[in-house]
Amino acid sequence: MTIDEKQKEIIEEFSVFDDWMDKYSYLIEMGNNIQLIDDKYKTDEYIIRGCQSDVWLYAEYVDGIVNFTTDSNAILTKGIAALLVRVLSGHKPANIINADLYFVKEIGLDQHLSPTRANGLLSMLKQMKLYAMAYQAKNS
Amino acid sequence: MCKLHNKLLSNRLVINLNPKILEFKVEQIRKDFPILQQRIYNKSLVYLDNAATTQKPKQVIDIISEFYTKYNSNIHRGVHFLSEKTTLAYENARESVKNFINAKHEHEVIFTNGTTSAINLVAFSYGEKFINENDEIIISAMEHHSNIVPWQLLCERKKAKLKIIPFFSNGELALDELEKLLNEKTKLVAVNHVSNTIGTINPIKKIIEISHNHNVPVLIDGAQGIQHLEVDVQDLDVDFYAFSGHKVYGPTGIGVLYGKEKWLEEIPPYQGGGDMIKSVTFAKTVYNDLPFKFEAGTTNYIGAIGLASAIKYIEFIGLENIFNYEKQLLDYATTKLSTIEGLSIIGYAKEKSCIISFVLDGIHHFDAGMMLDKMDIAVRTGNHCTQPIMDYYKIDGTIRASMTFYNTKEEIDYLYDSILKVKQMFN
Repeated sequence: MTIDEKQKEIIEEFSVFDDWMDKYSYLIEMGNNIQLIDDKYKTDEYIIRGCQSDVWLYAEYVDGIVNFTTDSNAILTKGIAALLVRVLSGHKPANIINADLYFVKEIGLDQHLSPTRANGLLSMLKQMKLYAMAYQAKNS
Repeated sequence: MCKLHNKLLSNRLVINLNPKILEFKVEQIRKDFPILQQRIYNKSLVYLDNAATTQKPKQVIDIISEFYTKYNSNIHRGVHFLSEKTTLAYENARESVKNFINAKHEHEVIFTNGTTSAINLVAFSYGEKFINENDEIIISAMEHHSNIVPWQLLCERKKAKLKIIPFFSNGELALDELEKLLNEKTKLVAVNHVSNTIGTINPIKKIIEISHNHNVPVLIDGAQGIQHLEVDVQDLDVDFYAFSGHKVYGPTGIGVLYGKEKWLEEIPPYQGGGDMIKSVTFAKTVYNDLPFKFEAGTTNYIGAIGLASAIKYIEFIGLENIFNYEKQLLDYATTKLSTIEGLSIIGYAKEKSCIISFVLDGIHHFDAGMMLDKMDIAVRTGNHCTQPIMDYYKIDGTIRASMTFYNTKEEIDYLYDSILKVKQMFN
């Protein structure tokens, strides 16, 4: 599935919720079901600190593909981090770098990725793109 | 002429208070706050983030609007009608503050941008004059970062030392330790009136007395104090008292530094610019008299006028009424929230302001705050700019419900129900 197809799939999934509580319940579920970062990477080296909640992000580059794993100390943050990983993980660096994540706004979670949100998610997204750039540079 | 103008202006500034508020009727009072009437996410707003900023009564909003609409003109320099009018209103605002805190002189009231800039002013100017290498400054372990970092910067600049008064697990300061920390090297004690995180009302009169016995002046960070408690700077004998307009139902960007005349005369200016000078030549600049010596550049004069309006509003309701009502609200909320399993209140000082910080077992404060937001409850989560308090309790944040006189028991009931829903969601 391409990044675009994954985004459309998520938009579709969220379209059935008409209230915030349902959306948040779904995020909690997503957070609980993701493949978590290996405990050995849950260190300061991989932490992205927010003022409110922290996110851990680990990236590996295998056969031209970037894979991400994540975790957070807050469940809602973890849920949104899981969405970002779901969309961007398993793709070539160039696709990750150029990805326009329109799904975030479509499902009404853009406030969580605004610079005023102190949950580390915007930094996480930047970090994901930085990893992709680093792998692309290494490759060229 | 001047007196006449003053009179005319103060007549104009008489704010249009609802005459029905002769007794403390919260439903009447709430009508004065337009923001409380609106709905967010299609429900009534429950605003419990008053320690971050308070909402503004219509009287404050109206006076700001009126001044920008009819009278705006830069103060202290114009000879024209509008400038004179605004200047008078600004200086009347200073008089209102002076009366509100019972300062001896109007020129002991310095308008600043807020508490933070007031503390930074003292840290710089008092520091320049009186702090030398190896001198000591005492603060407490329950200070807001705004009453920590300016002193750390000063200590770095002057190679001085910062000493800390610890507190007990109930959130009360260990006053005995203050006695032990004071010595001939101590040059200043700076503590808050009320903790923004755990609500402790500190015994500032006692702290001032102890410090003065050692000839050490005291700065009180009153950001969380003045909106809940009566402050009489002469009775307290405090050397510096700082507070913000926006936390006392006034506008943002305006604050006050009260300083005893003798200190303000002795310490050098903080910032240079217009209004703080008598004469400028390239050879020498002569500074202006108090209070203008500390008010460089164009001040937030309409902010000051708004603050004066807020003070009138509070005085009309009465600080004693406010204190008594808030005490009831705090007791009610403490009792009610304590019954929630897995909820722990942080800070149980005997003397406490209307602030409840709590943690929920197994639920991150950010998650709880986000969920409460969607239930139209505005609380603050995180470390509240008091990381040392978090370190002491070994937590990384709390959920803080900070109440004030326009909050109601019904809102506390709704908060209680909503916390139960949050628990259901995450457990």
